[in-house]
Amino acid sequence: MIRARGLVRRYPGFELAVEALEVPTGRFVTVIGPSGAGKSTLLRLLAGLEEPCAGAVERRGRVVFLDQDRTVLERSVLANATFGLELAGVRRREAERRVRPWLERVGLADKLRQPAQLLSGGERARLALVRALATEPDVLLLDEPTQALDPGNVALAEALLREAHAQGRALVLVTHNLYQARRLGEETWFLLGGRLVEAGPSEQLFTRPEREVTRAYVAGEMVY
Amino acid sequence: MTLPWAEVVEIAARSLGVAAAATFLAALVGLPLGVWLGARPRKGGLGAQVLLYAGMGLPPVVVGLVFYFLLSRSGPLGGLGLLFTPVAMVLAEAVLAFPMVAGFTLAAVRARADGVRRLVRGLGGSERQVLTTLLWESRRPIVAALAAGFGAAISEVGAATIVGGDIRHHTRVLTTAVVLETRKGELESALALGAVLLGVTLVATAILVVWGERR
Repeated sequence: MIRARGLVRRYPGFELAVEALEVPTGRFVTVIGPSGAGKSTLLRLLAGLEEPCAGAVERRGRVVFLDQDRTVLERSVLANATFGLELAGVRRREAERRVRPWLERVGLADKLRQPAQLLSGGERARLALVRALATEPDVLLLDEPTQALDPGNVALAEALLREAHAQGRALVLVTHNLYQARRLGEETWFLLGGRLVEAGPSEQLFTRPEREVTRAYVAGEMVY
Repeated sequence: MTLPWAEVVEIAARSLGVAAAATFLAALVGLPLGVWLGARPRKGGLGAQVLLYAGMGLPPVVVGLVFYFLLSRSGPLGGLGLLFTPVAMVLAEAVLAFPMVAGFTLAAVRARADGVRRLVRGLGGSERQVLTTLLWESRRPIVAALAAGFGAAISEVGAATIVGGDIRHHTRVLTTAVVLETRKGELESALALGAVLLGVTLVATAILVVWGERR
């Protein structure tokens, strides 16, 4: 569970200000909004990777954040996949045993010993997703995890996220793919210019939004 | 060559020992400092960075002169009796190697710091785990930093001459021996010693690089 109150984060020329937000246990939240709306900043604040200028974030349970950079370490694919578990104190052999089924599912089983830096962008994205999911977090914050994935791998990644959700995990997914946000989300937040313009059940936000600017955005129109 | 081979081996061994000890001392301080400065979450320590980078161009004779003043009988550390000893050479060369080790380590760690911090903290890791991961991920450029420090130490002649005195069987190293042989007009010996110096540097650096790549 994550709860935020009076959250403010300022950069030169930009301010994110959100009065109140809550990610209850087991909720699947999708976050939409144009580039520069503050989606990634909000996610980093919720994850605790950035300190707010004002306000507070309360976190309960294990919170894991998957960055859109998809950073891989100068290690093998297998060592990258076990990294999150090892940080949590799981012994290497046990961590390897746990991640192998995940790596098989995402088609990386034949590249276990390969240096991760040699993976393609799509493979890195799958590895990063496995690395995060394997830690079995209570809340998983994802910043565009399916960006630049081919349709088959998007479907695979979405299936993995749905499974995680079905296991009771809360997920917050930032995405530019409106169809994906609607498909996966129970609740959707719409951010614009650093403000939470509208939040509500995903189906309602996409079909009967309260605000005109939300309607325009989900209809594919340019909004500023 | 006029120098007996036994003496060449002795001089080469001393060169290697002094440079290795100087690099070790430089690494002892330079590695943690470079990692700490490079890993700081907010860009800062600009003054320290400028000093380190400027220090890469420290004139060895000036460093030698400062150590001569410090260690000479009338100097503040004169009581230690270190002037014209290999220890004095190690200290002076460590000062010359230190900016290389710390500066290159800083640059290597800083280049990876943001990505590694987001990854480790994002996965629930601690700031200590950020540092250990950064150190491991920067191991190859850190080996390059150590090689640069070792290169600066073993190839240095000014400070070694001033604080070592180029005393036969005591503080003579390959660089000072090359200068001496050249001044004596023994160009063949000077060239041979120069070749030995290059060989020693190459082998030591190769050992460092192979060690770094195998980690």
